[in-house]
Amino acid sequence: MSFINYSSREINCKIVYYGPGLCGKTTNLQYIYRRTNPEQKGKLISLATESERTLFFDFLPLALGDIKGFRVRFHLYTVPGQVFYAASRKLILKGVDGVVFVADSQLERMESNMESLEDLKINLAEQGYELEKLPYTIQYNKRDLPNIVPVEEMDKLLNIRRVTWFEGVAVTGKGVFETLKAVARQVLFELKKHY
Amino acid sequence: MSDSNLVMYEEEFRKIDAELQKLHQQSNAKVVFLVDKNGQLIASAGETHDIDTTSLASLTAGNIAATGGIARLLGEKEFTILFHEGEKDNIHISLIGQRIILVVIFDSRSSLGLVRLRVKKTSDAIGKIFNEITQKVEKDKGEGKLEESIFAEISDEDIDNLFR
Repeated sequence: MSFINYSSREINCKIVYYGPGLCGKTTNLQYIYRRTNPEQKGKLISLATESERTLFFDFLPLALGDIKGFRVRFHLYTVPGQVFYAASRKLILKGVDGVVFVADSQLERMESNMESLEDLKINLAEQGYELEKLPYTIQYNKRDLPNIVPVEEMDKLLNIRRVTWFEGVAVTGKGVFETLKAVARQVLFELKKHY
Repeated sequence: MSDSNLVMYEEEFRKIDAELQKLHQQSNAKVVFLVDKNGQLIASAGETHDIDTTSLASLTAGNIAATGGIARLLGEKEFTILFHEGEKDNIHISLIGQRIILVVIFDSRSSLGLVRLRVKKTSDAIGKIFNEITQKVEKDKGEGKLEESIFAEISDEDIDNLFR
């Protein structure tokens, strides 16, 4: 649910990075944070455990520029990927405008990817959304690691909706901004449909 | 996408701002602000310059969401008031009409009793303003006014420019 403020001339949109534990959601946000000009970003907030696992969410506000005189602000969130944080994941999807699914390319993580995708669908449905109708993109992350599954195979397994996808190496930034841009584009075009 | 996108117009924004200014003065608070339940800052009043209001808004909404989750687990619909007490500053968080969060930060110059009293009055007034906004959006949508808005003209180039 975006927030359009005609008074301060701002559009605010919420984008959530979803995916199994350790797939690189937080790493995506950290890279975006590092590579954005100071005047375009707020603080990167991480509610994480001592071992740097996301406990509740990461949050990064971005104001990349203006469209038609309106300042466009994206609020990027990640969910905690670990299975037992299910209740928290649900909360973060509230009011979401667009979703990025970050999949882990390692062979041994395929099952976790599928579980997480199923979890995403269920949690969206509980908030009254359908994954099929939401601005949505997929990132096949960790392409630099050995023992990875070919992208075509992952696509068959995870990309039922045939959305745009990107290969990613979030630690080096490969595919990170491409993914964000793809989902941002869909979110803004969705606004066009409604307003 | 949900049809319940939040829209704010100049006129209603001024009314909300006036209510917040009033609350800020009457409750002797340091800062008051209004946040959408999804974590977006709507308006604020008081000494906001030292505070990262964007982060505060997002964390407040997270707080309300988590507390709401706990409430449902216990069979409650929602906990409508949260209060955190610090050594110097205290924070009073309350829900207005299930949708908007009103936050008041205050120190020893005020008291919890005073804040609660004033928050109650402001909540009613702000609740009414948001009802007006909802009606206005419905009306504009019905008349097709919103479709002529800026979003109709968003192009690929606009989006490319954001990511340059």
